[in-house]
Amino acid sequence: MHVAPAIETRDLCKRFGDVKANDNVSLVVEQGSVHGIVGENGAGKSTLLKMLFGFYQPNSGDLIVNGEHISFSSPSEAMAAGIAMVHQHFMLVEPFTVLENIILGAEGQGLLKHAEIDAKAKLKGLEQQFGFDIPLDEPVSHLSVGQRQRVEILKALFRGAETLILDEPTAVLTPQECDQLFELVRLLKSRGKTILFVTHKLHEIMAVTDTVTVIRAGKVIVRTDTSSTSPEALAEAMVGSKISRAVTRADTSKGTPRISVQNVSAVSDHGHRALQNVSFDLFDGEVLGVAGVAGNGQTELLEILTGLRRVSEGSVSLTGNVINSANVYTDPIALRRAGVAHVAEDRLKSGVVASMSARENAILGYQRDADFSRNGLMRLAAIDQAANDYFESQDVRPRNPDLPIASFSGGNQQKLVIAREIARSPQTLIIGQPTRGVDIGAVTKIHDQITELRNAGKALLVVSADLDELMAISDRIAVLCDGKLVGIVPISEADERTIGLMMAGSPAATVDNVEQSQ
Amino acid sequence: MEFITDILLLSDSTLRISAPLILAALAGLCAERAGIVDIGLEGKMLAAAFGAASAAAVTGSPWIGLFAGILVSVMLALLHGYVSIHQRGNQIVSGMAINIMVAGLAPTLANAWFSLGGQTPLLDNGARFTAIDLPFAEALEDVPVVGALYSDLLSGHSLMTYLAFAMVPVIAWILYKTRFGLRLRAVGENPEAVDTAGISVTMLRYQAMVMAGVLCGMSGSALSTALGAGFIRDMSAGKGFLALAAMIFGRWKPVPTLLACLLFAFVDALQGRLQGVSFPLIGEIPVQFTIMLPYVITVVILAGFAGKMDAPRASGIPYEKDR
Repeated sequence: MHVAPAIETRDLCKRFGDVKANDNVSLVVEQGSVHGIVGENGAGKSTLLKMLFGFYQPNSGDLIVNGEHISFSSPSEAMAAGIAMVHQHFMLVEPFTVLENIILGAEGQGLLKHAEIDAKAKLKGLEQQFGFDIPLDEPVSHLSVGQRQRVEILKALFRGAETLILDEPTAVLTPQECDQLFELVRLLKSRGKTILFVTHKLHEIMAVTDTVTVIRAGKVIVRTDTSSTSPEALAEAMVGSKISRAVTRADTSKGTPRISVQNVSAVSDHGHRALQNVSFDLFDGEVLGVAGVAGNGQTELLEILTGLRRVSEGSVSLTGNVINSANVYTDPIALRRAGVAHVAEDRLKSGVVASMSARENAILGYQRDADFSRNGLMRLAAIDQAANDYFESQDVRPRNPDLPIASFSGGNQQKLVIAREIARSPQTLIIGQPTRGVDIGAVTKIHDQITELRNAGKALLVVSADLDELMAISDRIAVLCDGKLVGIVPISEADERTIGLMMAGSPAATVDNVEQSQ
Repeated sequence: MEFITDILLLSDSTLRISAPLILAALAGLCAERAGIVDIGLEGKMLAAAFGAASAAAVTGSPWIGLFAGILVSVMLALLHGYVSIHQRGNQIVSGMAINIMVAGLAPTLANAWFSLGGQTPLLDNGARFTAIDLPFAEALEDVPVVGALYSDLLSGHSLMTYLAFAMVPVIAWILYKTRFGLRLRAVGENPEAVDTAGISVTMLRYQAMVMAGVLCGMSGSALSTALGAGFIRDMSAGKGFLALAAMIFGRWKPVPTLLACLLFAFVDALQGRLQGVSFPLIGEIPVQFTIMLPYVITVVILAGFAGKMDAPRASGIPYEKDR
């Protein structure tokens, strides 16, 4: 007896203007299975998801849920059909308690007191069944990211979801939290739930899914059982041509440190101690990767290195001269002139001015330089020339510097920012989140560029939330946890498990002990 | 003995003055908790004061006046809602536009209708909300302490004053104990979460604006038909902004907001009592300085003690479904 698939789509199409975001997408997700969807940013994954949970309506094609042809005009209709979405950015009200978040929109009662009593009874059952352990009366703002994700999943189950769509669920988790998520996914599956797991990380697909669909440029490229494919095959299907992920590194010799950070402590905007007694050296011809769960001092580290924040204790030196200490302070302009370039981690906040044109953004931070301005007047021809050069050298598209930078894709914005920062061939580059919000084609290009700069003898420090990225481009990986430097691991000795444990605060030595005792 | 009488009189006027402040502050609270900054409280108050006074003057009924005041205020609240919710306009600009429009329009209409130089006719007591004696007030009058507190202080205010104080627990109950309140607070914090939970952000925000309109309408009506006896040009005199300040000082919560309103009203009452009083050494304080007092206190309090951290996170930000 064949059971109808939980979700089936036949030739689903969605157009935005002339662009076909989804082109005849056919998908089969069997009941009680974990189905992976992989594709680059912009491949059409989110468009497909949004149609599955009723946010968008398809232009043509069929959506079949549990054997019935259906069309959703809103997310609540999809929810009524048992399909729930766990968004990448959590849809939680932070000051509210877990319980309030769970019942919001599904209260069932006009008075909260009764609604909460009913909900608690129902949640008790769910918690036992799925092994949740979440403090219901705690405000969500007190929970860790992993716990918040569990609240989202519990919220979906509370509303009677049979099919859960997880959109890039691991993007914000530590490796350990990822493992817990995978366990939960397996448990949900064993209890008969259907999971749609959307990601661009291939090892996750291999670890957790039964079947997988690869989407590229709005089309389904491959549909296969996970057991009969490989990460390489999936990567090829995603990108379309064989890509070599191995970065060739020239040998560079260590001399004196370009930047030396000695016993640095710093205080965050909120008055908390953000960095504690951090010491390390950055040498010419190397990429030092900085890993850590978001919010463990990476932002402040970038800021003290680029003159945006003063240290409270310790010192930062550039080629032996102190640039930041309790009584010396060099501002960002002077640091830029001294050859320390900065690719800001939050591009839209501090890397570009979103409403200004790409041309103006192409000289942002360098507008005072003599070749771009004289006597307070901008030298428009020179600026135009520089912008055109950057567009050309980095292949920024569309080739129109008059457009506001906000209308470019994340990848093209980043390419322009990098072109701007390397234009004066700085000796040191401080880079935050080099490929955040950047599509995979541009990612490869940016990684290659970082490696080229390294091979040319520059000193690079790269902070990234993407561990795969750091593993691919770094010579050494430093790990921050709770503002302390847990350790620095040479790339030859780094693996995800070790780094993951260090991100959770276990120093390298303890990691070794764990290794030995096993 | 005279000192005690002074205190009682001061407390009595504090209660009286606080009524329109409390109602307006609660209006601002409902709007901001739903994510809409309502700087147009002042204008809505003034419009309602004018509407209520006009209707009461024509019909002779304070109730019809109150109804008219609420109606005018709700219409303006919906206008602000339309700009803020549907058009995703700038909420400060929209609110200020309402303030400026009403400040000009109300006296102009008053002049056209009543030809009294921008005022409405003086209302006789039948067309106003006058003092009501609470039950047993007369009987208890001679009992020591209780008599003074109950019969002199609590009794003998207008219906609007009692209504203002009653609205505090009512609004608190709606916000914290009902499904509607949960959703309203959620939409001011994270409208996306509300939207994905299948609730209409637009509908909720309009409902909040109607609540704000009703409360602000009551506030304006209290001004012209309970505290005063008719509409006078600029009679709100910045009370809408004072109410907004009280709401911020009260951290967007009903009971602390009530306390902040009482504080502001007390300072206002105090400045009234201080006029013409001679102090040792200093002598008589010029009246301009005493009138300034409530506003100076507001600035000091807001600059020194009130933080921005408890503001509803989505307050003032238009909701756009697809970003």
